[in-house]
Amino acid sequence: MSTDPLSIPGLSQQYKAGFVTDIESESAPPGLNEDIVRLISAKKEEPEWMLEWRLKALRHWLTMKEPTWQNVHYPPIDYQTIVYYSAPKRRANAPKSLEEVDPKLLETYEKLGIPLRERGKLAGVAVDAVFDSVSVATTFREQLAKVGVIFCSFSEAVREHPDLVKKYLGSVVPYTDNFFATLNAAVFSDGSFVYVPKGVRCPMELSTYFRINSANTGQFERTLIVADERAQVSYLEGCTAPIRDENQLHAAVVELVALDDAQIKYSTVQNWYPGDENGKGGIYNFVTKRGKCAGRRSKISWTQVETGSAITWKYPSCILLGDDSIGEFYSVAVTNNYQQADTGTKMIHVGKNTKSTIVSKGISAGHGQNTYRGMVKILGKADGARNYSQCDSLLIGDQCGAHTFPYIEVNNSTAQMEHEASTSKIGEDQIFYFQSRGISSEEAVNLIVSGFCKVVFQELPMEFAVEAQKLLGVSLEGSVG
Amino acid sequence: MTAPLLEIRGLHARVGGNEIVKGVDLTVGPGEVHAIMGPNGSGKSTLAHVLAGRPGYEVTRGTVLYRGRDLLAMKPEERAREGVFLAFQYPVEIPGVSNVYFLKNALNAIRKHRGLPELDAMDFLQLTREKARLVQIDEDLVKRPVNEGFSGGEKKRNEIFQMAVLEPSLAILDETDSGLDIDALRSVASGVNALRAADRSMLVVTHYQRLLNYIVPDFLHVLVDGQIALSGGKELALELEERGYTWLEKEPAAPARA
Repeated sequence: MSTDPLSIPGLSQQYKAGFVTDIESESAPPGLNEDIVRLISAKKEEPEWMLEWRLKALRHWLTMKEPTWQNVHYPPIDYQTIVYYSAPKRRANAPKSLEEVDPKLLETYEKLGIPLRERGKLAGVAVDAVFDSVSVATTFREQLAKVGVIFCSFSEAVREHPDLVKKYLGSVVPYTDNFFATLNAAVFSDGSFVYVPKGVRCPMELSTYFRINSANTGQFERTLIVADERAQVSYLEGCTAPIRDENQLHAAVVELVALDDAQIKYSTVQNWYPGDENGKGGIYNFVTKRGKCAGRRSKISWTQVETGSAITWKYPSCILLGDDSIGEFYSVAVTNNYQQADTGTKMIHVGKNTKSTIVSKGISAGHGQNTYRGMVKILGKADGARNYSQCDSLLIGDQCGAHTFPYIEVNNSTAQMEHEASTSKIGEDQIFYFQSRGISSEEAVNLIVSGFCKVVFQELPMEFAVEAQKLLGVSLEGSVG
Repeated sequence: MTAPLLEIRGLHARVGGNEIVKGVDLTVGPGEVHAIMGPNGSGKSTLAHVLAGRPGYEVTRGTVLYRGRDLLAMKPEERAREGVFLAFQYPVEIPGVSNVYFLKNALNAIRKHRGLPELDAMDFLQLTREKARLVQIDEDLVKRPVNEGFSGGEKKRNEIFQMAVLEPSLAILDETDSGLDIDALRSVASGVNALRAADRSMLVVTHYQRLLNYIVPDFLHVLVDGQIALSGGKELALELEERGYTWLEKEPAAPARA
């Protein structure tokens, strides 16, 4: 019983995070060229090496073409109309403490249920709040510093911990990686940086809460998490945006590095504005996330609950370099109305006795199109590699679609691979069965969907499992007639 | 005379454009057990589903009063909350949702509707243990996903178990005997009998007389071509067993008594 998900009754149908904060912001002119990159770098007071890296990325990006292989459809994006830098106007310099943060910003996060004051409900979670392109506050830093954990905005890390950033930046997702990652490398504005030193188990959950506010602004955060030998950290990411009629681009990059015996758990509850019921507006979420299990016996675990965005394009992946390292991917992706998702993972087995687990749950409702795309690759020297993959799709109604593209490439005869897949539909019979027991059709969908997603929700930290559950209810409301 | 629990008057219903129920009159008093028999296609199951409010089962004429209220105006879940229970002939499987969790939600929806406090996990567990014993269902089945991978007999037993937990005022059993061997039939019937009560009426829909050896009704009605052709006491079942249904198809419909 205790493993059953909680049901949250009485949810309203609207996208609750859709409000706009009226705050003065400072933006770059639209368009992308070397001047813009220099401007961003200057705004961030970056050292020369950082600017050079950005410029290399920009030059490379100009030679690249936007990918078209993914199973999603959208009108061409004009990259010269996007604003690449926007930040809430600072009253003085960077806020040194929460007292200096604009109260309107604090209020925004309070409204979203993310109190930045170091008390209250999320007392056990340290939060880095990123508003538009800029980190506005990072909580619990002193407590973390006591055990040597660095948790700060990316800009700050570039200034304060240049050696660490230089060593690991681009080491998992090089600036040449792909169209969107390269774009990010050129114009990334901020994000979070985490370093957990040798033998330290991070004493609390770390979390970044991303908020897009400005219109016509692209979001390009970069997150880098390094767990040194025997270190452990659990990191969460949440995202929301106001309701706007135009589509907005979000192209983030996340790099994880786990050294010997280190463990990183990365959880995402993605609730970008999905567009309205006619498919107008919404975020294009084109994100590159990759982890490198560099050390022996290291472990990286991705858990994602993707309920928002008009289009989701992301494949949180693991490169299993160290012998006996482990990669995991647990995913729930929901597409309702006209949402499209093309998401999955890549597990690249390089080291010996490496193990990976993939559990993907896709839910499609309305006109939603949900694609699982995954690759499991066993390289020649990866003796004894093992993978287990499970891809399940749940359909609600008859206008939606589920698609599965699993790629498996095995170059070592000792590998063990397992792949299971299923597709099911919530039938009218099932709904009526619930109703005949006193349960409304909407509750019935909630219960079936919760049951379907249970194995993934169990991977989320407790508070976020509850939030994810709520979100799912809201996302699917009205999906049964 | 106490007020009837259920009053069906001139009920006509169709499914997919075909009229199946063609003028049924039936009155069920509190605590009474009525059996409805009839040949295949006579409209027994349709009647059962119409009462439970299955979408796609369209009532074209007639009225149904439940405790004096218009049953047909209620949504299916409202009917359930008001105490109507349908034990399905073919219970569906609900993967991923455990039986207990499903039932806890159902019971609390019903309790909430009636202004009663919701049961917490501990109280509910206690209740399910009690009821599982009462209807002799394996506690392992109770914990498994609803009906998933259950045998035919286990599914039927699970329906009766749900009925025991939800304690309806009107239980409609749709061909609960179908697909059961004699041992399973006995066990399911004894579960049903354990739930007979002065404040619980039952409508037992069956094709075969043998179920009525175990669940002995107060009244029996024979449905032929969408109408009640004959009503009587339990002894009518034996006559039907002997003579079959064909002789009734020629006689004019007699009004229901009871």
